[in-house]
Formats: sequence, structure tokens, C-alpha cells
Amino acid sequence: MKKPAPTVPLLAIYKLFFGVGVFSFGGGLTAWFHREVVLVRGWMTDDEFFSGYSLAQVLPGVNSTNMAVYIGQHVRGAAGSAVALAGLLSGPFFIVIAAAIAYNRLVELPGFTAAMSGIATVAVGMIFRLGMASAKDSVRHLPSLLVLAASFVAIGIMQWPLLPVLLVLAPLSIAAAWLRGPPPVRKDKHE
Amino acid sequence: MSDHPLLALIIVIAPLSLVALGGASAIYAPLQHQAVDVYQWVSGREYLELFAIARVTPGPGSMLTTILGWRVAGLPGALVATLALYIPSSALCFVIARTWNRYRGSRWHAAIENGLRPIGAGLMIAGGVMILRVEESGPLAWAMALAACALLTWRPLLHPMILIGGGAVVFMALRAVIG
Repeated sequence: MKKPAPTVPLLAIYKLFFGVGVFSFGGGLTAWFHREVVLVRGWMTDDEFFSGYSLAQVLPGVNSTNMAVYIGQHVRGAAGSAVALAGLLSGPFFIVIAAAIAYNRLVELPGFTAAMSGIATVAVGMIFRLGMASAKDSVRHLPSLLVLAASFVAIGIMQWPLLPVLLVLAPLSIAAAWLRGPPPVRKDKHE
Repeated sequence: MSDHPLLALIIVIAPLSLVALGGASAIYAPLQHQAVDVYQWVSGREYLELFAIARVTPGPGSMLTTILGWRVAGLPGALVATLALYIPSSALCFVIARTWNRYRGSRWHAAIENGLRPIGAGLMIAGGVMILRVEESGPLAWAMALAACALLTWRPLLHPMILIGGGAVVFMALRAVIG
């Protein structure tokens, strides 16, 4: 069903997700995943990644853990999912407890809150860049472009609740994509 | 309500796993109600502190449930709270991801994939905007986010640690200068 690919060792999956979990200060985990899985390691294509990201957002649960489960499943099935999730959470599990114990000292460090603020804004920049890459195909078709703009305005500007927005936009968008038919040639390109 | 702390953690957190539509931000308000008002595990002020801690540590921001579990019942509490939040949604995601990949290539799969793609992109950018909105630095935060985005457009493989370190240093320097 899929093109044969060299089997990725479970340890490699664990290491990747552990590393992202431990170093992803400020958020933007999906952008890290994209860099490591698509750009650096080539475990999946851009299309496969963004397809999974759409699922991860539509399903309940945290986007980053859903994405870890999706990537793990794609690469190594059930074991891959479990290892990816465990890798992602095992580092932050101890770090967050340590930070809770040391919190009062941390916030008194000069510049600590400023540094955290700077890190968070950079993480947003990473999210924006990934959003641009994901939007690239959508802007070629008017219905897709309208749906993209509508979902952005509804959630990002109007701050409407997600569920009703999805219930309206998803059927419309899927119907439009159905009428358009499958894309003529599937191009597995990397930027 | 349950008197057993570990059981209570599961009862409170596991359902949130499956209603957390749109990610961690959807669970903060209902979890706060349960933890502060119903079970009185922490005060309102302490809850905000847990939120702040989860935000400054790496990993998913939703790991505030891990610290909540730690406050309630130590290490077992932390473990139970973490698993209760991530296992139900992950199991669902796994089943759907497997089905999803099995039908790759069919027309309805392509329609759903191409239909959801612009929504995913719109939500992603909206999520970034929402974070910038709660940042206190205002225009500076926007400038920094756009600069990081531009830098990544120019150099896609630039390591995130370099960006993150740069962001931290610039904000610390500006805070020191502006005060």
C-alpha cells in the first residue's frame, strides 16, 4: 500500500521525539517535527505530513501528541506510535516537575520572564512559516483559499469556538475538494 | 466525586482528553473548574502558577496536568495525570491514522485530505496569532515572530535552537535597555 521504505529503528524514533520534547521551549513542536521528519530525515513527504496535521487538529487531543502518534504510526505502526508518544512526553515529564519545585527561584532570575517571552514569539514565527508551507497548495484553488481565510478569521480574529466552525467549514471544503477530483499528478516535492 | 486521589485524577482528566478539541487551550478552563472549585486541589492563584510553569518548560503546554497530579499525589499522581490526559486521545488518533493511511489513494480520501488541508493551515496561523495576542510585548512580539518566519523562509534548515536562543537573548537585551 505504501512505497517500500527502509525500516526506521524504534530507538531512532524515540531519540527524535525525546529531543524535540526536551528542547522545544516555547512551543512550536509541529514545526520541529516537520523539520526533523520531512526536511532532515525524509521519513514522510510534505503532503503526508500536512495531511496528518489536518487530522491532528480535527481530532480531539493535543496537536503535538496527535502528530507524534500519526508520525509514529506512519513510520512503524503501533509500536512506532507508542514509542513516539513516550519519547515526546518522558523528558518534559521530569522537567515540568523539576520546574514546579524550583519555580519561585526561576522567576526571580533576572531576565527569565523576558527570555521566555522571546522564546515564545520565535516559536510563533516557526508556526507561521509552517502555516505558509501548508497553505502553499491551497492558494491555487479559490474554494481552498476561501476556506483557509474563513478558518483563520473565525478562530484567529473572531475567536469563535472550534467545533461549530469545523462543522460548517469541513463539509463545505471536503465537498468542494470532491467536486474538483483528485489532483492530476502527485508530486512528492520538498522545498 | 471520588475520595481516592488517583482515581479522582483519572475521573477529572480522562474525559478532557477526548473533548480537547483544538488542543490544550480547550482544557484549561474546565480543568480549572474541577481542580479549584470542585476538588479544591489548588487555589485559583496556584492554578495560574501551574499554567505559567507548563508554559516555560519544553514539551506540550498541556503538561500542567502533570504538575497538578504531582501536587495531588506525588510521583504516582503525576504519572496517572499524564497518562489520563494523553492515552485516550492518542488511542483514538492511532486508530484513525491507521485507517487513514490504509485508504490513501481513494477518491474520498483525497477529498477529505484536500478539504481539511486549508482548514489545517488556517488554524495553524490562527494559533500563532492567538499566542501573540496574549504576549505582553505587543508590536515587538509580532516583529520577532515575523523575523523568525522570514529567517526560516530564507534558511529552512536553520536549527530551532539557534532561533530560540536568539529570541531569548534579544528579549532579555531589550528588557534590560527599555526596563
